[in-house]
Amino acid sequence: MSGHTDMVLVDENGIRIDGRRVDEKRPIKIEAGVLKNASGSCYLEIGKNKVLCAVYGPRECRPRHLQDPTKAVIQVKYNMEAYSVTDRKRPGTDRRSVEISKLIAEALECVVQTELYPRASIDVYIEILQANAGTRCAGLTAASVALADAGIPMRDIVPAIACGKADGNVLLDLNKEEDNYGQADVPIAIVPSTDEIVLLQMDGNMTREELDHGLDMAIAAAHEVYEIQRDALKRRYASISKKEGESDE
Amino acid sequence: MEKRNARRTREIVVPGDVLADASDYRAGENAYELDGKIRANVMGTKTFTDNTVGVTAMGGFYMPVTGDTVIGIINDVGPSNWMLDINAPYPAPLHVSEVPWKVEFGDTGRFLTVGDVVLLKVLMVDESKKIQVTMKDSGLRKIEGGQLVEIEHSKISRVIGKSGSMIQMLKNMSDCRIFVGQNGRIWIDGDEENTEVVAEAIRIIEAESRSANLTDRVREFIEKKLPQSEEDDEEDFE
Repeated sequence: MSGHTDMVLVDENGIRIDGRRVDEKRPIKIEAGVLKNASGSCYLEIGKNKVLCAVYGPRECRPRHLQDPTKAVIQVKYNMEAYSVTDRKRPGTDRRSVEISKLIAEALECVVQTELYPRASIDVYIEILQANAGTRCAGLTAASVALADAGIPMRDIVPAIACGKADGNVLLDLNKEEDNYGQADVPIAIVPSTDEIVLLQMDGNMTREELDHGLDMAIAAAHEVYEIQRDALKRRYASISKKEGESDE
Repeated sequence: MEKRNARRTREIVVPGDVLADASDYRAGENAYELDGKIRANVMGTKTFTDNTVGVTAMGGFYMPVTGDTVIGIINDVGPSNWMLDINAPYPAPLHVSEVPWKVEFGDTGRFLTVGDVVLLKVLMVDESKKIQVTMKDSGLRKIEGGQLVEIEHSKISRVIGKSGSMIQMLKNMSDCRIFVGQNGRIWIDGDEENTEVVAEAIRIIEAESRSANLTDRVREFIEKKLPQSEEDDEEDFE
């Protein structure tokens, strides 16, 4: 958003530097249940982003003062590894990771049925192993798969994707160069069953028309991400029960 | 549990999936209604019961229900109660008035200490999910000896089997005492070799819980491992 470059981000044919069209998202790979010691887990790749997510709980909430007697609290920890970016990221919590953790927790609270587990806490750990723009979307996408894998009751799975603007074009799912040298970045997360928006931010400038167009694109793409999430969860189930058969309980 | 309807293909669903139209069915277990559609809450298999449609969850935590028999491990000893881990999201206190012994105030440690394993019954779960457990019922006691096996609580119904067929078969063939807790813990006591075989059989049940004819295959497994054993009709209840 801030930098300037001589790079042509979108050429005259509407093709971006990584060969995508303006309305094309990066390839996504999701695998659920990758960590044995967590209640639920997920590994996700979107383009060059690599995200690992683990869910623990519901369990007794610690520290005690965070407990809510009416519902469970969702505690998210978003963390970027020191090696996740080209120049070393100083490890530990910073202002950005606190913001993203809060954002993701609030988005997840919209779908998770926290009222079923009063006084408990659901802990979500998101580790960014490799970053290439759009990690908050990737983190939220992975977190909702990990929550479903943990068997936590939720209304729906949350897919997230970004849209934005670079070189005057409205783009879907910005990569690092487009994010750094573009004009706007708009991450968005929805509840697919109702098209409710549970996360929306905008960094940069877009006109009203551009934003509307970008959101349309992002919501359509989020539904595609949702299908990939569902598929990952179903594959996880199929691998647990290799032999499909009738049950006699 | 209610009798389930004629078998349909067991469809795998994930949270948010549409199960049925709200005009045809009512939302059952792990399901909710939204805009005239019944949707799933958790990942699992779609299950029809009479006129309701729900989801049989495939994982998740054990949620205590009043009347469940569970196996707990003592975590902490207080002057008038013990704190137990029963595999639920919350710790379960066992008050001195709920044990079969007369315990003086502050004398709790002499009866049960940290690490002891006990058979319990869930006495009460209130709306804020505060749990109370009791040992005042027939057969509830402190466990000594034997082996404790822990499996996913959703697989417990398979270990028991249709009207207890699986558990009865395990007991008869191995000559072991077996106690199944609803929270996914199973205690086996008996001859060392037999105990090992039963533990292994339970692991098989857990791993292949969704496949057909499990009872027969487990029987074969035990016959192979313990050739001298044969299933007698003798009923040995706990």
